[in-house]
Amino acid sequence: MSDSTRSDPARADLARADTARPSLAARLPGLSALGPLLALILLVALGAYLNENFLSAGNVTNVLARSAFIGMIAVGMTFVITSGGLDLSVGSMAAFIAGVMILAMNALLPSMGVGVPLILAGMGIALGAGLLAGLGNGLLVTKARIEPFIVTLGTMGIFRSLVTWLADGGTISLDFGVRQLYRPVYYSGLFGIAWPILVFAVVAIAGQIAMRHTRFGRYCEAIGSNDKVALYSAVNVERIRLMTYVLLGLLVGLATIMYVPRLGSASGSTGMLWELEAIAAVIIGGTALKGGYGRVWGTVIGVLILSLIDNILILADLVSPYLNGTIQGVIIVLAVVLQRSKSSA
Amino acid sequence: MERRTFLTTAAIGTAAAATGLSLPAMAQGKKAVIGVSIPSATHGFMGGLNWHAQDTIKRLKATYPNLEFVLATAGAVGKQVNDIEDMVATRNIDALVVLPFESEPLTSPVKAVKDAGKWVTVVDRGLSQAGIEDLYVAGDNTAFGRVSGEYFKANLKPGAKIVVLRGIPTTLDNERVEAFQAAIAGSGIEILDMQHGNWNRDKAFSVMQDYLSKHKKIDAVWAADDDMAIGVMEAIAQSGRQKEMWIVGGAGMKQIIKRVMDKDTQIPVDVSYPPALISTALEVTALNFVSATPVYGRFIIGSTLITAENAAQFYFPDSPF
Repeated sequence: MSDSTRSDPARADLARADTARPSLAARLPGLSALGPLLALILLVALGAYLNENFLSAGNVTNVLARSAFIGMIAVGMTFVITSGGLDLSVGSMAAFIAGVMILAMNALLPSMGVGVPLILAGMGIALGAGLLAGLGNGLLVTKARIEPFIVTLGTMGIFRSLVTWLADGGTISLDFGVRQLYRPVYYSGLFGIAWPILVFAVVAIAGQIAMRHTRFGRYCEAIGSNDKVALYSAVNVERIRLMTYVLLGLLVGLATIMYVPRLGSASGSTGMLWELEAIAAVIIGGTALKGGYGRVWGTVIGVLILSLIDNILILADLVSPYLNGTIQGVIIVLAVVLQRSKSSA
Repeated sequence: MERRTFLTTAAIGTAAAATGLSLPAMAQGKKAVIGVSIPSATHGFMGGLNWHAQDTIKRLKATYPNLEFVLATAGAVGKQVNDIEDMVATRNIDALVVLPFESEPLTSPVKAVKDAGKWVTVVDRGLSQAGIEDLYVAGDNTAFGRVSGEYFKANLKPGAKIVVLRGIPTTLDNERVEAFQAAIAGSGIEILDMQHGNWNRDKAFSVMQDYLSKHKKIDAVWAADDDMAIGVMEAIAQSGRQKEMWIVGGAGMKQIIKRVMDKDTQIPVDVSYPPALISTALEVTALNFVSATPVYGRFIIGSTLITAENAAQFYFPDSPF
């Protein structure tokens, strides 16, 4: 936490103004920050109590690997929201990138043959497409000065309809041979830990460091807190904002790279509502929706809470499946209430 | 609003002549115009339906030079209502073939078309008021569930354990599931779990993963939809339990039909609910304008069991679905 006294104290202090507390407490995560963590621990305990298979290696791997896509996107979303932006297009963007990536790999197949270079080319295309899509969103927000909500609502519809058009209303499927080679990227791993989990962990740790210990992270908080003051403090507001959207686009590309080997297909229904799940995870984790304060590790916990609820509801058979949405809603609201009431005390 | 009033006034004039069987008011040499309004291709089944609609229109135009078609696809209810009003106002259609986005809001616009003396064919989703349409063409959801259930009953021993994936919570899904449960009643087959997979691959994948961690022994899966069957297969492959259970999907996706044709033991059969039902509606409606064949009434397309023997007739390799 010593970073706040280093290069740009004014802005960092400003960013934390609403959470300012004595120095001892500042060294530890505040009580309010522990709200989501507490909710996560309670959920894990509940899951373990309800079903003995809940803590089995298989189930834990399933839940974590499933969380990885939304997780990587949510880490990027944390930066966008922290700097006062929003991106509703990420779910559609993931579907679009998946479609483009699969079509490109199928098209390159005759010339490149089934092999690692083809997979790498596909990955490069996914990252490139993500970068361009994020750049598009970012430029419309910063250069054209349109509200992020409107820009990304627009691009959400555009990406969704483009992937439906590319798929001719059906499903785009990866060539069977390529799929067999690419499959292990989702299903196998290193030292028994699946690749999507490892990649998610790396993204989360890098995100946490970027938010807490780099100038970029502090600038994001400063801009989200008050962009005028940030501007007068010689922060290049537009460039940082643009960078948050580009970063998010790249992470959507990365999530797609891990997603495509799972089912080897993309359609108009791929990535449906991912944007809302990602935004919900960010807010559950303690990032302020109005910007100014971001907590990457909280986002990770938010993502885990969301996937655990789903998992427990199916493993436990507690309520009629019709009511699953109700339980999810209640837990999401409770997790946020828990931290709000404590932080206002 | 003005257009609606115009429609009703026109209707009063022609109502007497147009009651009952609307005879095609087609003078020699005049083309009959058939308006087709369907939801746009937002998911696999509708994608297939769109493809079949276009394919059939192309064929009918070539076969019957005196027929003309106006096709409009709508992504929302409001758009579909506008489409239908425009067809009547600007294209002077003689018949409307419509797959209502939703029953309730489409009922009065379609009734206005009928009242204007046009032929109306309603496809798959009924209107909320009986007796508007001249022809009703639909799949059979009860049979869909029953045929699937009968296959389970015939191929599993008493005491066998199965899991079920349901679609999006709708009456359509309820009809299927109730018919399925009725068909396996008394067979001693135990349904371990029934959760919603929303007719979505990803959702079905994670629901099946959870089923697999929860249940040590599963003999069969009723995925109730081919998209869901694909997600289910992936989850089973991940757990390495392919030998333990077989899967029955539904609808007639080409990849699944291909597996049935190739005698895949994991997907022994499929149950049809063909998106090509729009073709039936178009062909039969066209007959009304080119011949004296009586085609009014209800045409319910049965759901049949697709096996390796008859799979070829359900296989459309060019369709996107």
